[in-house]
Amino acid sequence: MSSCRKSGWVAAALWLAAGAASAQATQAALTGLGRVATPKEIAAWDIDVRPDFKGLPKGSGTVAQGQDIWETQCASCHGIFGESNEVFTPLVGGTTADDVKTGRVARLLDPTFPGRTTMMKVATVSTLWDYIHRAMPWNQPKSLKPDEVYAVTAYLLNMADVLPESFVLSDQTMAQAQARMPNRNGMNTAHALWPGKGLTSAKAPDVKAVACMSNCAVEPRVASLLPDFARNNHGNLAEQNRMVGAQHGVDTTRAPGAAPAKAAPATTPTASAKPAAGGTQAGALALLSKHSCVACHAMDSKLVGPSFKDVAAKHGTRADALAYLAGKIKSGGSGVWGQVPMPAQALGDEDAGLIARWLADGARR
Amino acid sequence: MQGPDARPGRLIKAPENFIDSSGVRTVFQQAKAGRRDFMRRAFATATAGAAAVAAAPLAQAQSNPVPTEGGDPNILNLPAHTTGLGQPVATDGYGKPSQYEANVQRRPSPGLTQTAQSSVSFAPLQSLFGIVTPSGLHFERHHQGWWDVDPSKHRLMLNASDASLMKTPKVFTMDEIMRLPCVSRFHFIECGANTGMEWGNVAVPTVQYSHGMLSCSEFTGVPLKLLLDQCGVDYKRARFVLGEGADGSSMTRTIPMELVESGEVLVAYGQNGEMLRPENGYPLRLVVPGVQGVSWVKYLRRIEVGDQPWAAKDEAVHYIDLMPDGTHRQYSSTQECKSVVTTPSGGQVLLDKGFYNISGLAWSGRGKVSKVDVSVDGGRNWRPARLQGPVMSKSLTRFYLDWVWDGKPAIVQSRATDETGYVQPSYRQLRAARGTRSIYHNNAIQSWLVQETGEVTNVQLS
Repeated sequence: MSSCRKSGWVAAALWLAAGAASAQATQAALTGLGRVATPKEIAAWDIDVRPDFKGLPKGSGTVAQGQDIWETQCASCHGIFGESNEVFTPLVGGTTADDVKTGRVARLLDPTFPGRTTMMKVATVSTLWDYIHRAMPWNQPKSLKPDEVYAVTAYLLNMADVLPESFVLSDQTMAQAQARMPNRNGMNTAHALWPGKGLTSAKAPDVKAVACMSNCAVEPRVASLLPDFARNNHGNLAEQNRMVGAQHGVDTTRAPGAAPAKAAPATTPTASAKPAAGGTQAGALALLSKHSCVACHAMDSKLVGPSFKDVAAKHGTRADALAYLAGKIKSGGSGVWGQVPMPAQALGDEDAGLIARWLADGARR
Repeated sequence: MQGPDARPGRLIKAPENFIDSSGVRTVFQQAKAGRRDFMRRAFATATAGAAAVAAAPLAQAQSNPVPTEGGDPNILNLPAHTTGLGQPVATDGYGKPSQYEANVQRRPSPGLTQTAQSSVSFAPLQSLFGIVTPSGLHFERHHQGWWDVDPSKHRLMLNASDASLMKTPKVFTMDEIMRLPCVSRFHFIECGANTGMEWGNVAVPTVQYSHGMLSCSEFTGVPLKLLLDQCGVDYKRARFVLGEGADGSSMTRTIPMELVESGEVLVAYGQNGEMLRPENGYPLRLVVPGVQGVSWVKYLRRIEVGDQPWAAKDEAVHYIDLMPDGTHRQYSSTQECKSVVTTPSGGQVLLDKGFYNISGLAWSGRGKVSKVDVSVDGGRNWRPARLQGPVMSKSLTRFYLDWVWDGKPAIVQSRATDETGYVQPSYRQLRAARGTRSIYHNNAIQSWLVQETGEVTNVQLS
């Protein structure tokens, strides 16, 4: 790190400030670092698609093909109709046939309309294609082929009543889809929050406050505060402040003004972790990540499937817990925790066994 | 090592009773045997007990009385750490905070997100000093989970959306990037959605949850301009730059070439003297000073230059600001001038009447903070705060104000002004321009109500 300087604006100054000859030598030496990217490498990584469809690969997909992919790979998180609010904010809903005509989603004007779906917001169909291609499905990003991405995008737009069932979405027909996007005219760039030129139109910030110092006009009334019943919603705040200092945390397990009952050191990780179970625990936690279990299961709360804690509580004490859990992990199933099926998992007996033992031990973090 | 007695609800009667006569005998026996556990635990419990008394409302507020015996047992009875042998060097190859700091943690806000991989944890601003966020407490925002990426296999590619915009697309290894001339600079990073839950009304209790998607580090890296110069960019036509991550989400965001040309945008690998933490993009991230965190692409694998913006998911579906006319502001990026008092702040309780050092943080995405004013009467009168120097551009600035609390209700606020003359607005002013559904870019003045009990709560005025 001997070449590193503190402060100064541009590292370029390093050689600009030096003599011309040595500057040229430095420049030449710098040029020697890094190498030319090959066309094959660029093709592997440069996957972005712009609103003008630059970067869009050739291909096509039908609504019907999209439905098949959707039901196996998308519906468990987004719902059969893209309407689900269980795991992510809903994709579909809130747009009308009239919006498709005007290119403005009318419901965005209604402050009482709950939530905003992706289809209410997105103006550019390229955004959907690009994002599905680069980041979906959630636990296997980049696994969809271009034709599959066209198909899923077509199905999504069909569910939103933007495209008819017969539509074939392709690099040739993306522009037709764009012309029907419900919120295609809904973006504005009249703001001063872009730190460059040419993209946005506002010259000055939209709010101009003045720093009055005395006898200023005030807003005299407390208009909003957390109700008492929400006092402990974020956990005991006494445990979220340092134990020493000018201010301590309020014991929110007690009513306002009540004397605190406890000093509040949070349980230290060293105190809670049982050393004996440490090996299983660390190993199992790594496996949960490796096998993408955590895409559908969380530690303490229901996600797509039940929480690990709930599984541990329900099945951890049965006599055949290890065999039962390992079997369930491998074969999947439905009906025990609801109708959303868990697919069979391709993991080895050893990994399944370790996760099963961890569950039977109480699914400790 | 065993932690302090963590069981809640144990109130020691008074500090002077913290070891009874049988306890004293045990201590002596154990000291002979070379064991200090009992003493250490008793000491920790007594300290905790004293804290509980001290944290009480005013009626019990005298926190440092002289006991009737004429001396504080914490002074009179020499503790184990004064009378014994301490621990050896390198007990931990990488040292950790004191066990008594276990409360100072980054935390998710309950119910905010439904997955833990596309989620956020908030930095504990109420417990931090100065301007540097300890790397382990830096706020987190992941879009598809975090990774610990092998730096020997990480590559940075620079290319163009059209071959005519760049002479030589290039690939760099981490070894090569770290050989280039680098700079180290302090910058804040703030999520565009910081304080987003508070647009309509008070929603969260503490500054950790209201403002904790904010951190500040010394970043070390190579100016992106230097790398682009090596590639021969057509700066006349290539006015937009895309950053792309190597994680599953392969996050993309457009930034303006003007900012790159200023030399401020860094391809960074260092954070607070060490490498970036995995949660913050190890081994390489984009640093885009003054711009919302989503543009600081983590696990940076690719830079593309182009002649128009990309409308990526996080600039066409999320991170767009809904205005009252039903349109969304797109490509909103700059974090405008903002400040917040961190002590005292929501969820805390003042120990007593009398002197307090009000302290907080101020920052601006447009440059340096030039002034911070603090009010303790809900905004009728303001006093200029002391700014802790050096005041740096697009960095956090710590401010202080002396305050003598008279025990009556008080509303504490701070208001920052930056070097462009922009003054941090009130909620009323901000809502008049943007309504309450914007989610992003809430930089309104924060109000903390100090009640007569000493308890501080989050409030909004109208």
